[in-house]
Amino acid sequence: MDLNYTDEELAFRDEVRAFFEEKLKPELAEKVRLGTGLSKEDMEGWHATLNAQGWLVPNWTKEFGGAEWNAVQRHIFDEESARYDAPRTVPFGFSMLAPVLHKFGSKEQNDYWLPRMLNGDDWWCQGYSEPGAGSDLASLKTKAVREGDHYIVNGQKTWTTLGQHANMIFCLVRTDSTVKNQEGISFLLIDMDTPGVEVRPIILLDGTHEVNEVWFTDVKVPVANLVGEENKGWTYAKYLLTHERTNIAGVGYSQAGIATVKRIAKAEMAGGKPLMQNPLFAARVAQVEVDLMAMATTNLRIISKAAEGAAPGVEASMLKVKGTIIRQEINDLARRAVGVYAMPFASEMVEGTNEPLPDPHDAGPLAAHYFNNRKLSIFGGSNEIQRGIIAKVTMGG
Amino acid sequence: MNFELTEERQMLQDTLRRFLKDRYTTEVRNKILDSDVGMSADIWNELAELGVIGALFTEDQGGFGGMGFDIAVVFEELGRAGVVEPFLDGALLCGRILAHAGQADKVEAIIGGTLQLALAHGEPTSRYDLNYVQTTAKGNVINGRKAVVMNAEAVDTLIVSARTSGGAADEDGITLFAVDKDAKGLMIQGYALLSGGRAAEVTLDNVEGTMIGEEGKGFALLETAYAAATVAQCAETLGAMHTATNLTKEYLMTRKQFGRPIGTFQALAHRMADLLIEMEQATSAVTRAAGFLEEDARTRDMNIHAAKNLMGRAGRLVSEEAIQMHGGIAMTQEYELAHIAKRITMADHRFGDTDHHLEKFIALSAA
Repeated sequence: MDLNYTDEELAFRDEVRAFFEEKLKPELAEKVRLGTGLSKEDMEGWHATLNAQGWLVPNWTKEFGGAEWNAVQRHIFDEESARYDAPRTVPFGFSMLAPVLHKFGSKEQNDYWLPRMLNGDDWWCQGYSEPGAGSDLASLKTKAVREGDHYIVNGQKTWTTLGQHANMIFCLVRTDSTVKNQEGISFLLIDMDTPGVEVRPIILLDGTHEVNEVWFTDVKVPVANLVGEENKGWTYAKYLLTHERTNIAGVGYSQAGIATVKRIAKAEMAGGKPLMQNPLFAARVAQVEVDLMAMATTNLRIISKAAEGAAPGVEASMLKVKGTIIRQEINDLARRAVGVYAMPFASEMVEGTNEPLPDPHDAGPLAAHYFNNRKLSIFGGSNEIQRGIIAKVTMGG
Repeated sequence: MNFELTEERQMLQDTLRRFLKDRYTTEVRNKILDSDVGMSADIWNELAELGVIGALFTEDQGGFGGMGFDIAVVFEELGRAGVVEPFLDGALLCGRILAHAGQADKVEAIIGGTLQLALAHGEPTSRYDLNYVQTTAKGNVINGRKAVVMNAEAVDTLIVSARTSGGAADEDGITLFAVDKDAKGLMIQGYALLSGGRAAEVTLDNVEGTMIGEEGKGFALLETAYAAATVAQCAETLGAMHTATNLTKEYLMTRKQFGRPIGTFQALAHRMADLLIEMEQATSAVTRAAGFLEEDARTRDMNIHAAKNLMGRAGRLVSEEAIQMHGGIAMTQEYELAHIAKRITMADHRFGDTDHHLEKFIALSAA
């Protein structure tokens, strides 16, 4: 056993660092650091920068322009991204849809959609959840009925992240209502400019607009946009959900978060001394740091296994639960640290207008992030669902 | 012992609950939250007419209550409805200071609903320490900066604390001044608050004020007013926690996934049970803090520190678990719980957080 990176891995890390230092604009990093919200142009610009480097899609094969990084390389990249306050890529196309197309799509679909993704021609969003189908995703009701060369789609999706920017949505739709829930689902690619598609914003509790409802009324979708076989969509959806597993623990985010908490707590005064010297607060920070150190290693242990080709099992669910608990705890520490300055509503900051806050620590909208990140334990399979998976896999039933 | 409300307090509670249920709906409140002033003058006046302010003052002061239990009844109801109008700061906190400083005419105006004040006391580096004042006054000329002053833009007069003698952390030497909102050298930079209402940064550059109470004796006025305000804050949070748990209970019984109400899954049912246990703890903590408000300072403070510490912990648990058990719907601004959860969490940033009150409690309990 050796807890250090190999020389090769270290060299890769240096390469990543050099890239961030050269190509990441300070203004963009500042927006990420303060959490002031990125515009569509910011995100597309960063995608283009990564694409020029050949690093936009580390998980793809080289044939389609991917980097073919192994799990440890991807972990190093994620860790350094957080350290440099680099934006994250928008995952819906690159990390979620692409692997499904790769494994189950037709050659025509791969040849057409993958290059467009790389070029930034399409912005993909995900049409999974519905008002009545959250944790119980397989009970989804959005219906697609075949009529000649088209499907006619009717229904509603919700929690569609960044759907306001998207022109394409991949959807789970019901194509057979006579069989078991999981057996009547198909995987469709839908052009959002088609008549009958309507996107309605959902404003979250921190004032941000990042999710949407997407409504379908008699939307005509060419049969050529069916991925794989009709009624096999659930298999593809499960593949998608289990495929993208690196960074599920958010170690980099948490490390950056702890650094922010310490920076603030060294500046914030409590009883005439820096807050960081307050024993109660210091204990809170230390407790999370201890947990984070262990989880970072859990993450690496699991990643090394994956790098050797082992399929991630319940460990992914474990990392999701522990990772989100730690991230949320850090968000809680950050809002505690700023004291009364947690109270100002930083919606202007969140929306990206750079309105300065009164907060003397330049801490950004920390309390808003605390509330926004309550989503971490809800989305992507809630922590209750993850615990259910862990229990089921390890104890049967 | 008797844990029943008196007939008068019971009536007040019933009246407020009915009024707020009819009048202060989620839609009405969301409009208020979206408005530039962040509060409704109509709501303020109507609640003042129903006795919300009068209940906070004794008969001698021109009110009809003024005890800890009166404060608790009023603010629990305001908390249940997520009321953002600043009764706590504008009426209770400032009114108590003026009442104890012998300014009876001003207190009458507050009770009548015609006078609102703002207290400019905390500073950017004072965090939750009541004694920490770096703003200075020479004679009646004040210089300094005040942090997150509730409701500062909406009032005609601010109560400003300033140091007239002693070091930054001394209790002695803090003097209170009334400062006219249009006073020369006074700058008010306002902003909206995450949980509703507005506050401001207040900068004083050679601003003239009028002394309130005795010179150098402002701490005692602040301390008693803060004691009452902290009880009010705890009661308000308790009310909000009742709403959060009620919404969650209802949701668990009606939301179906996997063909059954999600409350029938033991994983969630047990967590709901834990919340209900904490609600009983919270109710008792607030009852104690309210009931001992008129006792000697040590008994009063022990119970207030205990309550604010417990409310910080229980409040966090309730708001986070309520959101988690709801799922995505609770993350949306238009759903009632979103606002209520923010009220609960932001309450931990007022009048000292969980850790602040634990330290204060330790200091008394270990002595």
